[in-house]
Amino acid sequence: MTNVGIVIVSHSPKVAEGTADLVRQMVGEEVQLAWCGGDPGGGLGTSVEAIMAAIDRAWSEAGVAVLVDLGGAQTNSEMAIEMIGEPRSGKIVICKAPIVEGAVVAATEASSGAALTEVVAVAHELAPANERG
Amino acid sequence: MTAASIDLKGLIAAVADVIAAHADELTDLDRAIGDGDHGLNMKRGFEAVRADAAIAEKPLPDALKAVGTKLVMTVGGASGPLYGTLFLALGKELPAEPDRASFAAALTKAVDAVAARGKSEQGQKTMLDVLYPVALAFAADRSMAEIVTIAEESAVATKPIKATRGRASFLGDRSIGHVDPGARSSALIVRAVAEVIGGAA
Repeated sequence: MTNVGIVIVSHSPKVAEGTADLVRQMVGEEVQLAWCGGDPGGGLGTSVEAIMAAIDRAWSEAGVAVLVDLGGAQTNSEMAIEMIGEPRSGKIVICKAPIVEGAVVAATEASSGAALTEVVAVAHELAPANERG
Repeated sequence: MTAASIDLKGLIAAVADVIAAHADELTDLDRAIGDGDHGLNMKRGFEAVRADAAIAEKPLPDALKAVGTKLVMTVGGASGPLYGTLFLALGKELPAEPDRASFAAALTKAVDAVAARGKSEQGQKTMLDVLYPVALAFAADRSMAEIVTIAEESAVATKPIKATRGRASFLGDRSIGHVDPGARSSALIVRAVAEVIGGAA
């Protein structure tokens, strides 16, 4: 796959799966898409191992954009990217954007063949100005 | 204190025991200002560390790194990467035969690594409000008993702070008046470690 991949990381598997459903409806099979949700014990939360596996499933040489919900999802995703290590980690970016809207616009952009920086940029436009990085 | 004199298996058991014994208290603190899973998450993480018998057989720096990796993979929630980073960085910074000075230097760097991971600093009502005073006291050659007191007082001192980092920050002023669960779990771990190491010293 030459399009950027999309990973959705939510504390809730239902939110993650539902977001993925919305993305699929918008962009079909044009992008590699993976989601994960829930902590290692099956409760609400996130799991570094599950995030690493989701990034593997969505992997594209063009890179992977990760959408997260609450703080722990971001911290765990940062840890997962660090553990995946170079050179792949340099092609994985966590978007600062609301998870549902961010996933849809990022995937739509990715499905057009846009580069990772462009995919991330459209997602970032959704974030409140004070939260853009 | 020498690396060889530390009973790693006993140390891991002591920390896992104190977390298990206080899991409900940590969850209650987290329910007040967070998402109510800190006790359960920490218990799951440290039980996974205890269950991996190979960890205690490793040299101290490698054992600490293995503890960190295990916590990252099993805790869930932000406390996994945060505590995981503490132990990973401590293991990475420690020489094979650490003395007190090199341990103090490594501890300070490990706490800095936690701050970087959480994009946080002291005074935001987090575990850093315990870990920084502990690292400072350790570097200043304070006794283990004094360090335990400093850790516990620092945890209690998070009560009047308004949270500006982590889930509790969503509550704004309503986070005031509650002890931070991460600060409390840090103080518990410091006490368990100090009791084992202090007993060996």
